[in-house]
Amino acid sequence: MTPTGSKASLDELLLMREIENFLYREAELLDERRYEEWLDLLSDDVAYWMPMRRNVKYGEWEQENTRPDVDMNWFDEDKGTLALRVRQIRTGVHWAEEPISRVTHVVSNVRLLEATPSLEQAGEVKIACSFIVYRNRQETETDFLVGRRKDTLRRAGDSWQIARREIMLDQNVLLAKTVTVFL
Amino acid sequence: MRAAVGSAAHGKFTGNLVDVTTGMISREIFVSDEIYKRELEQVFARAWLFIGHESQIPNPGDFFSSRMGEESVLLTRDRQGQIHVFLNTCRHRGMKVCRYDQGNTTIFTCPYHGWGYATDGKLVGVPYFREAYHEKLDRPKWGLVEVAQMENYKGSIWASWDPDAPAFSDYLGGMRVYLDLLLDSRDGREGDAEVLGGIQKWIVPCNWKFAAENFVGDAYHAISHRSVDTVGIAPGGKGRTDDGTTRPKRYAVSFPDLGHGTNTTIQMLENEPYTPIYPNVSELQDYLKREYEERQQRLGNMSRLLGSASTIFPNTSFQPRQPRTLAVWHPHGPTKTEMWRFVFVDREAPEKLKDLVRRYHELSVGPVGMTEQDDMENWVYATSASAGTIARRYPYNYEMGLGGGQPSDFPPGLISDVPSEKNQRGFYGRWAEFMDASGWSDLYPKRVGR
Ligand code: FES
Ligand SMILES: [Fe+2]
Repeated sequence: MTPTGSKASLDELLLMREIENFLYREAELLDERRYEEWLDLLSDDVAYWMPMRRNVKYGEWEQENTRPDVDMNWFDEDKGTLALRVRQIRTGVHWAEEPISRVTHVVSNVRLLEATPSLEQAGEVKIACSFIVYRNRQETETDFLVGRRKDTLRRAGDSWQIARREIMLDQNVLLAKTVTVFL
Repeated sequence: MRAAVGSAAHGKFTGNLVDVTTGMISREIFVSDEIYKRELEQVFARAWLFIGHESQIPNPGDFFSSRMGEESVLLTRDRQGQIHVFLNTCRHRGMKVCRYDQGNTTIFTCPYHGWGYATDGKLVGVPYFREAYHEKLDRPKWGLVEVAQMENYKGSIWASWDPDAPAFSDYLGGMRVYLDLLLDSRDGREGDAEVLGGIQKWIVPCNWKFAAENFVGDAYHAISHRSVDTVGIAPGGKGRTDDGTTRPKRYAVSFPDLGHGTNTTIQMLENEPYTPIYPNVSELQDYLKREYEERQQRLGNMSRLLGSASTIFPNTSFQPRQPRTLAVWHPHGPTKTEMWRFVFVDREAPEKLKDLVRRYHELSVGPVGMTEQDDMENWVYATSASAGTIARRYPYNYEMGLGGGQPSDFPPGLISDVPSEKNQRGFYGRWAEFMDASGWSDLYPKRVGR
């Protein structure tokens, strides 16, 4: 099914509510630095991708983003490497996160793109959302990371797991000196 | 030492800002606006700077937007296949003629009034040339501003704004064999590297020299990387990198009369058997072993040279194996730097290997890299903590291994045991010469015996 965004059925509303709750809980885990619990929300085969964004001539869109599996990307990771990043923060000597940042994830504009096999019995959904990640550390160091995300979520028991995440950060030259937060 | 900017000691601009004999360097050179402005003229407008790699512009009409100092430049391949480097600014009223990161074009059309420049820089289109200029505009005089010198060294493109600069090979001097480790194939064939798509670019509020001096030979900052060393991101699972040898020995190698420097790992034995790289990937072992053995055959004793972090004066740094990247520290002001990183891979490597190399670099280098994030933290807070009125009165200490350096055939150069700050002193000594020189006649032929 492909939701139209026009008149929502009750099934769609219930599913959307469930998905939004999941995304907000995920954001809360990250903001509360409960990274291991956040890792549990990722499927074992998760693909976590954030391309670099180029300035290209109108129409040459295939060159706008670096490609997963081919080019250098900001992130093109699996669960194993994301777990390494969590472990690095947990060493307490990861100076780029020591002292640790204050981070707030704002997730909004959540849209259901696809539910399979059906709205009523969705086992997998594709969703889109927008994010603002505010990061503040030391005295005045502040970064705003703003962009859009496309997630594939898979039902896991009575919750969901993230199977795929595409992160489109709206920056060309990265304006943050480091990205030590999960998006 | 209390350094005053522009003090007249020895009649030099740098006065006592840099004293390599005692290892004292003033904080002023990392924070002062006046010194920074002079750097743009005396260092960046004279030196050879890295622009890009041939593999980024394989076809006629291809272009890549790069930088020299604070300015945007265009690396192009013209219709005849010739490579050029141009200042990216219209000769009419200065508009940036190309605002794309890369692409292919026949013409750069200025968005302001429409002057058009071909990929060889010629002004080929002027709206109302007949009606408004009455055909009197001398078009050949008003092409894009081209660099004074350009060099394609094994596919890497370098340029200088100064017609008096020595040839690139002289500028590079003994550093060449170390740069070759980056540009040659790992099996020892010349050139044959390519740059992966996706150039990391990021802004860091630090002085550009912190990055350059870190790469020129800082083998002392192990604590910076303790977290990544603890976690382990190398292909074999331990530490930061495991691409080398079971019997490594490291040296600092300095070229003080040119400002370049490198740390290098060498293999103790020429006939050392292959040490597995990516040990868990069995399908690649045949290829990697053959590559290693061909390297030994082609290069003989020189195959023992494995390299490590390096800086080519002033702002190009590289690591030749794992990681295998080149970084440029583009200045944006005394306390702001735009960092770029190009990742290199053998063009003929199997796709599987390229994929692993790519993923390793995504995990380790640049602003998202688990290794380099912790470098940036140091450079940023070293810069801001040096800016204060009181802080500026206290010089930095570069005394480690004072004097030092033995001429050596292998590894070639002036070598010291690591860690040592010999390389950093060489870098800043050369920096001071650039800042004091009235032109290349004072800088080259290089002074002997320093
Ligand atoms: S500024 Fe380029 S045509 Fe006028
Ligand atoms: Fe480092």
